[in-house]
Amino acid sequence: MASITAEAQEARIKRSMRNDKIATGVLAAIVGVVMLIVVAMVVYILAQGAGQLIQPGFLTEASRSNGTEGGIAFQLFDSFYLLVLTLIISLPISLGGAVFLVEYAPEGPITKIASTAIETLSSLPSIVVGMFGFLMFSVNFGWGYSLISGAIALTMFNIPILTRVIQQALEDVPSSQRDACLAMGLTRWETTIHVLIPAAMPAIVTGVVLSAGRVFGEAAALLFTSGMSSPARLNFFTLNFASPTCAWNIFRPGESLAVHIYKIYGEGSPEAQHIVWGTAAVLMICVLLFNVLSRIAGKALARRMTAE
Amino acid sequence: MAKQMPKRSLEKVGLGVTGACVALVTLVVVALIVMVAQRGLSTFIKDGVDVLGFFTGSEWNLAVENPETGLPYTGALPLIVTSFAVTILSTVIAVPIAIGAAIYVVEISPVFGQKYFQPLIELLVGIPSVVFGLIGFHVIVGAVRMIFNVDLGLGILPGSIVLALMILPTVTTLSIDALRAVPDSYRQGSLALGYTRWQTIWHVVLKSATPSLMTAVILGMTRAFGETLAVRMVIGGVEAMPTGLIDSASTITTTLTTSMAVYATGSVQNDTLWTLGLLLMGMSLIFILIIHLIGAKGAKARG
Amino acid sequence: MTNETDQFLSSIDDTKKRAGVAISDEVMLETHDVNVYYGDHHALHDTSLKFHTDEITALIGPSGCGKSTFLRSLNLMNREIKGCRVTGEIIYRDHNINTNTENLFELRRSIGMVFQQPNPFHKSIRENITFAPKRHGLKDKKKLDQLVEESLRGAALWDEVKDKLDQSAFALSGGQQQRLCIARTLAMHPDVILFDEPCSALDPISTLAIEDLMNSLAKGRSIIIVTHNMEQASRVSNRTAFFYMGEMVEYGETDQIFQRPKDKRLNDYLTGMFS
Repeated sequence: MASITAEAQEARIKRSMRNDKIATGVLAAIVGVVMLIVVAMVVYILAQGAGQLIQPGFLTEASRSNGTEGGIAFQLFDSFYLLVLTLIISLPISLGGAVFLVEYAPEGPITKIASTAIETLSSLPSIVVGMFGFLMFSVNFGWGYSLISGAIALTMFNIPILTRVIQQALEDVPSSQRDACLAMGLTRWETTIHVLIPAAMPAIVTGVVLSAGRVFGEAAALLFTSGMSSPARLNFFTLNFASPTCAWNIFRPGESLAVHIYKIYGEGSPEAQHIVWGTAAVLMICVLLFNVLSRIAGKALARRMTAE
Repeated sequence: MAKQMPKRSLEKVGLGVTGACVALVTLVVVALIVMVAQRGLSTFIKDGVDVLGFFTGSEWNLAVENPETGLPYTGALPLIVTSFAVTILSTVIAVPIAIGAAIYVVEISPVFGQKYFQPLIELLVGIPSVVFGLIGFHVIVGAVRMIFNVDLGLGILPGSIVLALMILPTVTTLSIDALRAVPDSYRQGSLALGYTRWQTIWHVVLKSATPSLMTAVILGMTRAFGETLAVRMVIGGVEAMPTGLIDSASTITTTLTTSMAVYATGSVQNDTLWTLGLLLMGMSLIFILIIHLIGAKGAKARG
Repeated sequence: MTNETDQFLSSIDDTKKRAGVAISDEVMLETHDVNVYYGDHHALHDTSLKFHTDEITALIGPSGCGKSTFLRSLNLMNREIKGCRVTGEIIYRDHNINTNTENLFELRRSIGMVFQQPNPFHKSIRENITFAPKRHGLKDKKKLDQLVEESLRGAALWDEVKDKLDQSAFALSGGQQQRLCIARTLAMHPDVILFDEPCSALDPISTLAIEDLMNSLAKGRSIIIVTHNMEQASRVSNRTAFFYMGEMVEYGETDQIFQRPKDKRLNDYLTGMFS
C-alpha cells in the first residue's frame, strides 16, 4: 500500500512540474506573439509608407484635389500647431489641478467631486468629447470648425492623463522635502513651485511628452471641432491673424494628420492610397519620436538633477 | 528686506489658483454631462420619439421618414447590440493575452519585462486609432476575406480583433500593476509549502489580485466601448441588426461619426444622435461606477 | 574677532555648560495641557512642559509613545497632517501660538526643525542655505554670502565645504548632509531648534559630530531633541522628559531622570534598555 501512495505522490509531483513547464512555455509564447505583433505593425506601416515618404515634396507641399494628390505639409503643420495649442491650455490647468489634489485638497466632498469629475472625463469616449466641443465651441460660441475648438476638445481629452501623471510625479517626491520647506516657514505654494515641481520634473516631462504622442494621433474628437480640411493655402508670414489663410489664426479650420488619413480613406479613392500610407508612416514616425524623446528627456533631466 | 507678499496671502493665492483649475475642469465636466443629457433626452421629450421603441426597435434609418409617425426610423437596438458585441468579443480576445503577458512579465521574467516588454507595450498605447484602423482594414479584413472566403470581410469579427489590439496595452499595463501589488510574502509562503511556481501563480497570486484585475478588464471594456475610428474603418457601417460576425454592421460610435455632420442641430435626426451620445456617456459612467464598487469591495475585504 | 577666539570662548562655555543638570531659569517655550488627536485616535494626553534658554531638553520613550507627535506640535507642523488636531496652549514669546490667527510662517522661522533623515534640497550647498531666507525677502547678495558662511560655521561644516559651495548637496556624506540641514535651519536665526531623532540615520562618528555641535547651538537658544538613544540623551541634555503610551510620565534634570527615576514605568524602561 505504502509503495502505491508513494508512486501516486511521485506521479503527482511530476504532473505538477510538467504543468509548470507547460504554463511557462505558453506564457512565454504569448509575450513573444504580442511583441512580434507590435513590431510587425510598426514595420508594416513604415514599409507601406516608405515609398511615398521619399517622394519629393510629400512633406513640403500642400495637398491638392482634396488630399488625393500632392503633399501633407499643412496637415503636418496643423498637427503640431494643434498639439502646441493643446499643451498651452492643458498643461497649466493640469498642473494646477494636480497641485491642488496633492497639496491643498481639503478632505471632504469638494475634493471627491473634483477627482470624480477628472476620472469621468478620462473615461468619456473621445467622440462624445468631440460632439460636446462641436456644440459648445463651434456652434454656441460661433467659432465654427476652428483650431481653437479642436485644441479645447483635445485639452479635455488630455487633462485627465496629464493630471494623473503630474499627481503621481508629485506624490513620488519624498515627503521629507515638503516637510523641510514647511518647517522653514515657507508656504505650500513656494514649496511646490521651488522644490516639489523641480524634483518631479523628469517624471513630469516624460509624462507630458508621452501624452503629446497620444494627442498627436487623436482624430475622433477633432472631426467635428477643427474640421476635416486644411486651407489650400497658408501664409506663415502674415501678421493679419484674422485672415483665414494666416497659418497662426486659431479660428481657421485645420486638419491633423490622423484626420487626414481618415478623410482620404473614407473617400475611398484607390489612387490616393499611397498618400494614406505615407501619412500613416509620418504619423507613426512622429509617435515613435515622442516615445523615444520622452525617455531621453526624462533620463537626461534626472541625470542632470542628481549630478548638478 | 525687500517687499514681499505676506506668506498668508501667498498661500491663499496658491489655493485659489490651483482650486480654480480644478473648479474649471469640474465645471466643464458638469456642463458636458448636462448638455449631452439635455440634448439626448430632448429626442424623447421634445420630438416625441418613443423611448421603448428607441431601445427595442431594430430599424435605424435617419434618412427615411416613417409614414406612421412622421419621424425617422430610430430603432437603435442594432447599434447597441453591435457595440456590446464588439466590446465583449474584443475583451474575450484581449484579456487572456493581457493577463498571460502580465504574469510572464511579473512572475517569470521581471527584468526582461521592464526592459523590453513594457516599453513596447507603451508604444502600442501611442499608436493612433486611425493607424489601427488602416492596418485592420488591410491586414485583418484581408485575412478574414481569405479565410472565410467572403467578398467584403468587414464586420464584428475584424472590429473585435482590432479593438482587442487597442485595449491590450491598457489591460496589460494595469494587470502588471495589479500583480506587482501582491506582496512577495504570499508567493514565498506558497513556494515554501512545496507548490510549484505555476500553482502559486494560479492559486495565490491571481486570486489575491482578482479585484484589481477586474478593474483592469473593465477599463479595457470602457475603452473598447467608446472607440470610434478604428472600428469605423473595419466594421462596414451598415446600420442593421447584425446577422453574423463577418457581416457589415455599425456600432453606436460609428453611426455618430458618419451621421453627426449630416444633420443640422435641432433636427430630430440630430437629437437622436445625441441620444446615442448620451448612451455612450451613460455606459462609461456605469463602467466607472462598477470600478468604484469593485474598489470599495476590495477595501472592505482587506478590512 | 578671529575664529580661534570664537573657538576658545566656546570651549570655556562647554566646560561650564555641563550636561545632566539644569543651568537656566529662563523659559523660552512652554506648553499647557497639549493634546493631539489623529482623527479619533487620542495620540497625546495633557502634556505640560517648559523649555529653557541655553538648555537642551531630551524627549525619550519607546516608539509610538507620542514624543515625536509632541515635538511636531511645537512648530505647528501637525497642522500639515490631514485629520490631526492639537489642543492646549503653547506659549512662546508670551503668547499662545496654538491659535488659528497665529502666523505660522513667521513662527516656523523662529522655531526651526531638523528631521530624522537628512533632507537637503536638490540644489547646491549654497542654495540649500539661501533658499528660505531669499523666500523670506533677503535679497542682498553680500548679506546672503555672509549668512552662508555664518550658518555653515555654526553647523561646523564650513571648513569641509567652503571650496565647493556650488556643488550639489547630494554629493555630501550623510553626516555632512545632516549638518547642512542644521546650517539651513540656523540661517533663519531661530530661538528654538527641534531635532527629531537627528542621528538615527547616521554612523557613530557623524553622530558624535552632531552631539558636539548641539552644545554650541544651545547658546542663547532652546534645543529640544527626540531620541531613541538613551546614552545620547544623557550625554547631551540638561533636562529630560519621558513619554509613555501617549503620556508625559516624568520630567526633570537629566541626571535625576537617569539615576533616580521616580516612576516605575521609567525605571522599567531604563533598566530594560541597559540590562
